Amino acid sequence: MPKIKYVEHNGKEHEAEVPVGWSVMEGAVKNLIPGIDADCGGACACATCHVYVDAAWLAKMPPKQDMEDTMLDFAQELEPNSRLSCQLKVTPEFEGLVVRMPKSQH
Amino acid sequence: MAERILIVGAGQAGAQAVATLRAEGFAGALVLVGDEPYAPYQRPPLSKAYLQGTFERERLFLKPDAFYAEARCALITDVAATMIDRAKKSVALADGRALSYDKLLLATGARVRKIAVAGADLSGIFYLRGISDVDAMRAHFVPGAKLAVVGGGYIGLEVAAVARKAGLDVTVFEALDRVMARAVSPVVSAFYESVHREAGVKFEMKTGVEAFEGSGKLEVVRAGGKSWPADIALVGIGVLPNIELAKAAGLACDDGIVVDRHCATSDPAIFAAGDCTRHHGRDGNLIRLECVQNAIDQAKHAALAMVGRPIPYGEVPWFWSDQYDLKLQIAGLARPGDQIVVRSAPATRKFAVFHLREGRVAAVEAVNAAPEYIVGRKLIADGQRVAPERLADQAIPMKNIA
Repeated sequence: MPKIKYVEHNGKEHEAEVPVGWSVMEGAVKNLIPGIDADCGGACACATCHVYVDAAWLAKMPPKQDMEDTMLDFAQELEPNSRLSCQLKVTPEFEGLVVRMPKSQH
Repeated sequence: MAERILIVGAGQAGAQAVATLRAEGFAGALVLVGDEPYAPYQRPPLSKAYLQGTFERERLFLKPDAFYAEARCALITDVAATMIDRAKKSVALADGRALSYDKLLLATGARVRKIAVAGADLSGIFYLRGISDVDAMRAHFVPGAKLAVVGGGYIGLEVAAVARKAGLDVTVFEALDRVMARAVSPVVSAFYESVHREAGVKFEMKTGVEAFEGSGKLEVVRAGGKSWPADIALVGIGVLPNIELAKAAGLACDDGIVVDRHCATSDPAIFAAGDCTRHHGRDGNLIRLECVQNAIDQAKHAALAMVGRPIPYGEVPWFWSDQYDLKLQIAGLARPGDQIVVRSAPATRKFAVFHLREGRVAAVEAVNAAPEYIVGRKLIADGQRVAPERLADQAIPMKNIA
C-alpha cells in the first residue's frame, strides 16, 4: 500500500498507508488525521477536503475534472497546487506522496 | 461526578456529535448506542456505488474503530433503546441494560415507509436504508432481471440508474405526474425523466401500485389496473422519523421531534439532531429535513449547546444525488410561487434552476453546474438581492453575479 504523508497547517506530519483505489481523503479520515472534514463523504459535493499537493507529485495526480475545478474555484486560500483530496484516487505511483492542508476547510 | 452524555442513534448525526463534543472539550463520559450491527456509516453511497459493487463496505464507515477508542466513547451496536425515563434520566435498552445520562441526544434517524398493499411481504420486495438492505438486494442484480421500482424519488431513481448499468430491465411506477416531485422543480423532473428514458428505463407515471402477486416470491406487480411481470421490486416511497421513544417520553413531537435553534427538545436535558427532528427553518416554517447536511450541522449545534456554548442553527440546507454521469446539487428550499430562473439549457446536461423569493435566491438546483451551486448557496446564505436577468445571463460568470 502506498505511503502518504499528510501535513497539517501547523506543520504536524502524519504518515498513513492507503489502499490503492481509495482516495487521499479516505486515507486521512480512516487514519484519524485531522484537517480534512469531507462532510459529503467523497461525493465532490462539499469542498471540505482541500489539500495542496507537493510540487514533485503534481504530474502524477489524475487530471482535474470540471466539477473539481469549479468546486476548487470557490475554495478558500486557493493555490495552483490545490486539489480536492476526495478526487485523488490512490495508485501505486502515489508512494511517498506529500499533501499539505489549508488553514481551514470552511 | 463527571457529566455523562448519552447519544441514542449511531448514524451520521451520532458520529458527528461524538467528534464535536470531544473537539469542544467535553471531558465527561460518552456513550453512543445504535440498533444496527455496525458502527456509524455513510448512507448516501448505499444507493449508488455500494449497490453497484464498486465501493467496499469497509469504506462506508464514517470513522475507524480507533476513533471511538481515542474519543473515549463507548460504542454499543445492535441494541435498540426502548424507553426514556426522564425523571430518573435513564434510557432502557432492549438487552435489559439501563444507561443513565445527564444530557441525552436523540439521533434516531428515520426508517423507510412500508407499502401497505396486498403481497407486500413476498420475498423479492426490497427497501433501501441500511447496509443489510443493499446486501440482500445485490444478489438479484443480474442482467435481464425485471426490476419494478416503486416510487420515482431520489432512492428509486438512483437505484434505477445502477440497475440499468447492470443490465436489468427497469420500470418505475410513480403515483404523481413527475419524478422527484417532492425534491425538485418541474424543469429538473422533466430532465431526469428524459435521461432515464434514454438509458432505457420505462416509466408508468400517475400509477400507484395496487398489489404484489406471486407464490411465495414476487412475480407480478399490479399497478394501474394492469399486471407487470417482475423478479424484484425496490420500494422507495419516503421515510418516517423515528420519534416513538421521544413521544412515549412525552417530548413535543410533530412529524419529528420538535427542537429549538439549539437542537434542544421540550426537555432541557434532551437534545435531538438529524432526520428525526423538526425545526424552524431559515424562513420560520417548521420543517423536517432528511439529509446529511442537517444531520452533521444539527449534531454540531446540539453538541455546542450541550457543552454550554450554544450557537443558533441556521445553515442553508444542501443535498445531492448522483445518477449516471449527472451530479445534482441543491441548496436551499424551494416553495411553490417562487420565481423560476433557468440558467443554460437542460439539453446541454449542464444547467441550473434558481428560485427567487422577493428578489432573493431561496434555492438553487444545479445539474453538473458547480459554480451555480456554490455561488447560489452563498447568495442564499447572504440574502442579498439579485437581478433575475443577471442569473439567466451565461455571459456573466457566476463569480461576478452578486
